[in-house]
Amino acid sequence: MNFLKTTTFLIAAGLAQPLLAQDAGGRVDIVVQPEPPSLMLGLVQNGPTQQVAGDIYESLLRYSTDLEPQPSLARSWEISEDGLTYTFKLQEGVKWHDGAPFTSADVVFSADVFLRETHARMRSSLAHVASIEAPDDLTVVFNLKQPFGPFIGVFETGTMPMIPKHIYEGTDFANNPANATPIGTGPFKFESWEKGSFIHLVKNEDYYLDGKPYLDEVYYRVIPDAASRAVAFETGEVDVLPGGSVENWDVARLTGLDNTCSTGKGWEFFAPHAWMWLNNRQGPTSNPLFRQALMYAMDREFVRDVVWNGFGKVATGPVSSKTNFYSDDVTQYDYDPEKAKALLEEMGYDGEPVRILPLPYGETWQRWAEAVRQNLQEVGIEVTIDSTDVAGWNEKTAQWDYDMAFTYLYQYGDPALGVSRNYVESQIEKGSPWNNVEGYSNPELDKKWDAAAISPSPDERTRLYDEIQKEIVNDVPVAWLLEIEFPTIYNCNLQDLVTTGIGLSDGLRDAWIKQ
Amino acid sequence: MTFWKRFATNRGAVIGLVLLAAVIAIALLAPVIYPGGPWKMVQRPFLVPFTTDGLPLGTDTLGRNVAAGLVHGARVSLLVGLVSTVMALLIGVPLGALAGFYGGYVDEGAMRFTEFFQTIPNFALAIVLVAILQPTLGSITLAIAIVSWPPVARLVRAEVMSLKRREFVDAAHLAGLSNIRILVSEVLPNAVSPIIVMASLMVATAILLESSLSFLGLGDPNIMSWGYMIGAARTVIRSAWWLSFFPGLAILLTVLALNLIGEGLNDAFNPHLTKKGRT
Repeated sequence: MNFLKTTTFLIAAGLAQPLLAQDAGGRVDIVVQPEPPSLMLGLVQNGPTQQVAGDIYESLLRYSTDLEPQPSLARSWEISEDGLTYTFKLQEGVKWHDGAPFTSADVVFSADVFLRETHARMRSSLAHVASIEAPDDLTVVFNLKQPFGPFIGVFETGTMPMIPKHIYEGTDFANNPANATPIGTGPFKFESWEKGSFIHLVKNEDYYLDGKPYLDEVYYRVIPDAASRAVAFETGEVDVLPGGSVENWDVARLTGLDNTCSTGKGWEFFAPHAWMWLNNRQGPTSNPLFRQALMYAMDREFVRDVVWNGFGKVATGPVSSKTNFYSDDVTQYDYDPEKAKALLEEMGYDGEPVRILPLPYGETWQRWAEAVRQNLQEVGIEVTIDSTDVAGWNEKTAQWDYDMAFTYLYQYGDPALGVSRNYVESQIEKGSPWNNVEGYSNPELDKKWDAAAISPSPDERTRLYDEIQKEIVNDVPVAWLLEIEFPTIYNCNLQDLVTTGIGLSDGLRDAWIKQ
Repeated sequence: MTFWKRFATNRGAVIGLVLLAAVIAIALLAPVIYPGGPWKMVQRPFLVPFTTDGLPLGTDTLGRNVAAGLVHGARVSLLVGLVSTVMALLIGVPLGALAGFYGGYVDEGAMRFTEFFQTIPNFALAIVLVAILQPTLGSITLAIAIVSWPPVARLVRAEVMSLKRREFVDAAHLAGLSNIRILVSEVLPNAVSPIIVMASLMVATAILLESSLSFLGLGDPNIMSWGYMIGAARTVIRSAWWLSFFPGLAILLTVLALNLIGEGLNDAFNPHLTKKGRT
């Protein structure tokens, strides 16, 4: 995918309208789990917050399920040939929910002042930015210090939400009373929040796209128990169960109900990638032959089909097939216990036991660990499962006290944003469960990761990432398992519920109810 | 009437004994019946019972044989039940006996110590202990023993207190036997019957406790037990009833068997009480 082009992207909003006429009106009830701590997306970016606040706030771009940038608050954009200047033209006639006009000054304030102070992930991307300018009310220019290909991927609502300058400038952002009544430009306005029960949003009548949104109101319902959420859906009390809101085992039963649809789409941007950390420092897992044997010993397709009900895709390497620069030209580790045994023989495995640390996120992950244990025992590896809770899991991975530990992380569309952090030596540091926890060190590859992040040429980036993937997959620094898909279950009358690679978290701008 | 005849007059007790013997036999023969172990993924998941040859009770969420799980789970349940009861007896009997025999400060101290444990709800204490010690078969057994011994101490103390005033104890004193010798060889053997009755019920309670802990996810993740099977099946109870039903039935029958045996033993040890109760 080539983002860096001198051509102007001019995609008129609404060009891709389906032939079917949309029905306006109606109310939708969606489960939000757990209840968000706040709806102020500039301050809090966890999953539930973004799911609700994605209706209230917007950013300059959205991303298709292929991660192609699409217009949102930016009508068009242009990237200079040297990859240093990003120029955005904003939509005309956009208003904040309180009636004030949205202008380029708001963009500069949001990125340069507000988010630079409050948003850690955004801040690390902004480190590549030299200056942000607003030559006129509808134009914003980002000047970079050096080319940074992934930069086109940071204009997503959860990464760079637009914050109203006229409300927040000069205030204490974290304690501004306006945080309780969020004001954005999005298709729905905040109406009320009954803590522990529901969040009520209503249609933004002044939305800049004619006719949108179609829905009159949206209720985000807080239901603390997974079984009760399933029942609420069965009785029609809620219309949408977002990914992860019911136990995986219940998915098959629920999707079999009348007039019930499900989709695995809407997670492409995050591309949750599951693997087991393998401790590269000590024990049998420090031997690459042992790590390769693990890959052959595991029946990952079985887990996909049985534990994840067929959702997801077996991972081939560090980069998700949904993320840019994915390459499948790598060693394939198909289920082959005989090959695993041969590799163990070759390394002279002496039966030293290894421990599995499951992810304490419920039954699905526990069953997964049990399936892996069984697979490994069948090729002759001595293995036990450690029991743990969330705090224990964080502690053990962050302090490197494990042999094999389940995890999954988001990729944010680009290897430089969400993949290299787990494999380069500079990211080996105790205390975080999200960096190079396994302790893999390969200075040759480190150079390539660094070069690929800042290369101005997409072809060059593709070449480097291809080489990296080919080599790293042979080393098996971690045991890649699955590209996870969290199915969204919904009432089939709802149309265009998930339209982007960010899914429900991108708001219900396009959703409508078939009457 | 001999002991066994008295025991056999209670029909329930005999049924209990047969059931327990069956469970013990199954537990002992588990490696012979299902040599692949309980964790082996043998077939498609969610196979309904009585539909597939060789898988009489169907398969679970991962395609594991439910029957194999039950058979191997019996080993764990019985083992935990027995070992934790023996441990509880080892703590409770000496403590209660010393308290009852010596009285005074020894009695005061031992009983306050016992009450300290009795004031904390059994199950809550067991959860805390397992959570602190990390769930392994050993820590679970220990936790159950620690929450189970106080009633034993109480019972033994009461028995010893009444026995020590009997004439044969005075006779033993006159014969010059040491206190410890009197306690061990004269008093305790006469207190054995209520202890045996209680122990049989404690085994049942211990099995229930272990199952409850496993159900809550505090079991040893490397050991198949009945409580684990029910806990893991909880989320699919509406689509796969058999996953929680059969282990539940196994727990019910085993605990019932132990209770019936306990009652039978009680009848056998106290024939007078029984006759009064029945008329």
